[in-house]
Amino acid sequence: MAPADFLLEYLPILIFIAIGVVVSGAAVALSLIVGKQNPDPDKLSAYECGFDAFDDARHKFDVRFYLVAILFIIFDLEIAFLFPWAVTLGDIGMFGFWSMVTFLGVLTVGFIYEWKKGALDWE
Amino acid sequence: MLELWNVYGLPLAFMLLHIGAIVGAVLLAVAYYTYAERKVLGAMQRRQGPMTVGPFGLLQPIADGIKLLSKETIIPSQANRAVFVLAPMMLFTLALVAWAVIPIDYKLVLADINVGILYLFAISSMGVYGIIMAGWASNSKYAFLGAMRSSSQMVSYEVSMGLVIVTVLLCTGSLNLTEIIMADRPAWVQVMLFPMLIVFLVSILAECNRAPFDLPEGESEITGGFMVEYSSMTFALFFLGEYANMILMSAMTVVLFLGGWLPPFGIEALAVVPGFVWFVLKTFLIMFFFLWARATFPRYRYDQLMRLGWKIFLPFTLIWVLVVAGSLIAFDALPE
Repeated sequence: MAPADFLLEYLPILIFIAIGVVVSGAAVALSLIVGKQNPDPDKLSAYECGFDAFDDARHKFDVRFYLVAILFIIFDLEIAFLFPWAVTLGDIGMFGFWSMVTFLGVLTVGFIYEWKKGALDWE
Repeated sequence: MLELWNVYGLPLAFMLLHIGAIVGAVLLAVAYYTYAERKVLGAMQRRQGPMTVGPFGLLQPIADGIKLLSKETIIPSQANRAVFVLAPMMLFTLALVAWAVIPIDYKLVLADINVGILYLFAISSMGVYGIIMAGWASNSKYAFLGAMRSSSQMVSYEVSMGLVIVTVLLCTGSLNLTEIIMADRPAWVQVMLFPMLIVFLVSILAECNRAPFDLPEGESEITGGFMVEYSSMTFALFFLGEYANMILMSAMTVVLFLGGWLPPFGIEALAVVPGFVWFVLKTFLIMFFFLWARATFPRYRYDQLMRLGWKIFLPFTLIWVLVVAGSLIAFDALPE
């Protein structure tokens, strides 16, 4: 297949994305036109169960969320390696299989370490 | 001129028609999915659900839509305006665009790309951006916490979802969705994939932030999570996006596990019914599962949710990938 044909398969998706943006943009714009806009300062303040907002919401947050994101990157990369391996396993045979077992074994050691360190506990 | 029309114009017109049909079908399905949800929940709690608007309340979703459209759009004064408005648009657009690669019937698909499953996986992962954008741009504590919860939950379950998809790919040997459906799987392979189906079903509940994993919007603690500052159509787009995602995940389950448009259990006699009917019926089945789970289970606690994702699903799927791969090699059942 020529490169141009290959990219041509993605043309409908590109057009679809454009149409999706237009549809959602039109919906928001239409509601701005149809709905009666009547803003006042209290209505536009951040919602905090009826209080005036205490302070800015962009402050420090629990480091656990950050840790989860880092763990996710490691395991998602691993899955990115698994995808091509899974599709071609028939061609690469036993050698490919045992290579991946070794790779996953190394990863599992890291996973056990995280577990023991308590990185996966959510207190 | 006529030649130009035949070469470029006609295919383009068909393509636009196809996209329009998909958008229309998804929007209609979303509208009546919300109606079905209220009816099913009503029936499970011995109520009637919506009955007032139109016969059997059938016009209720349309009334809801018109109501949301005519409401005031509130953009909080502290918010980052551009990102605040872009977030729901992005989420909704992604929920629509993913449908481009779903094959409803044999060769009935908008873009039959050779990495369809990767495309689906990528698009559904990008939903997290919409949520983070919404939570951050709102500049509200509830929204911020909700967005944090939602994104770390989606991210946690994406790992096990990825491993489930890898297991299915082992049995099909292709990333193309049509070929995934057409690949023949012996009965014992189906049995080995069954635990993965269970993991996948639980993961899609968490991925769509649905009950019993609907902590990001937990009304009693963070009052709606990342959507708390949204109103009118910007809120409606989140809502539509969430339901479109649920339907998408149902369709994805059907493609990966339930044989797509093929008649159930490989019964040839049932092939007289057109394929897309089977596809839609199977998707309805999984969509009903979403509602059933919501009516049955109480909400999980957040630490339980993270433990299930990281300490149970992740090790289990990791081992199961190797078990399936090993047995496929041992019984020489790998696809070419």
